Amino acid sequence: MKTGKITVMALAIALAMVLSFVESQIPAFVAVPGVKVGLANIAVVFVLYKLGWKEAVVISLVRVFMVSLLFGSIMSLFYSVAGAVLSLAGMILLKKSGLFSHVAVSVAGGVLHNVGQIAMACVILETNVIKYYLPFLVFSGVVAGIVVGLVAAVMIKRVNIKL
Amino acid sequence: MRKAFANKKLRADLLLIGLLVLAAGLLYLFFGPGGDSGAWAVVRVDGEEEARYSLRENGIYPLNGGTNTLVIEDGAAWLCDADCPDKLCVRQGKIKYSGQCITCLPNRLTVTLEGAETGIELVS
Repeated sequence: MKTGKITVMALAIALAMVLSFVESQIPAFVAVPGVKVGLANIAVVFVLYKLGWKEAVVISLVRVFMVSLLFGSIMSLFYSVAGAVLSLAGMILLKKSGLFSHVAVSVAGGVLHNVGQIAMACVILETNVIKYYLPFLVFSGVVAGIVVGLVAAVMIKRVNIKL
Repeated sequence: MRKAFANKKLRADLLLIGLLVLAAGLLYLFFGPGGDSGAWAVVRVDGEEEARYSLRENGIYPLNGGTNTLVIEDGAAWLCDADCPDKLCVRQGKIKYSGQCITCLPNRLTVTLEGAETGIELVS
């Protein structure tokens, strides 16, 4: 792996972690578990387009582990990994299809992250309350995904990486 | 040529977003709170039923060894206190319809309202 690529990936992980921290300082504005802006997804979408899907998987999973260790708990690690894996799978598939822009890819990522987290929570808690939260999670994921996608699109356009 | 390509993507984006919003709306219509008042507040920890309280009796109950506190008043239930940092369960507010629930993820606790009181007995 080239040094330049390692550096860019390290920067992206750092960015994702700072964004996660910033987001953790914002008080929850909706009383539905799992609703988040998902600012860290800006870094993941950026890497997905600039470096590739394998790199995006690495960035996303490393971020989840680091953030859960630093600010969260073992439980939050389970929820986050489920959200991250589902979200990555959706984003990679949509991007590969070539039909959609950054915004739709990011929207899919946001929605699936929310849904994955709460689905894992429901499996652990053995409840079916997910159906009650699902509409809010899908809607908030769409709104957050649009914001994240637009920011990521600007970054992808403006930041030049020469490897 | 490039512009037409971009427009095509924009259309696909809007279609996806529209479908998702529609799905959210339909999910809400199907699974959202119905009009039936709940009869029981069922408390579960880790999926195991810990206790159930009648919504007809007002009261204040400590749950799960005191990590959360449940209040039942005039057919509505809510959590008035919790030891978790985010207090999301407290902020979820009052619930009164069958199927509604309050979730506290840090304490792995849920309060679900069950047993619709429609006033109609099902006879089969």
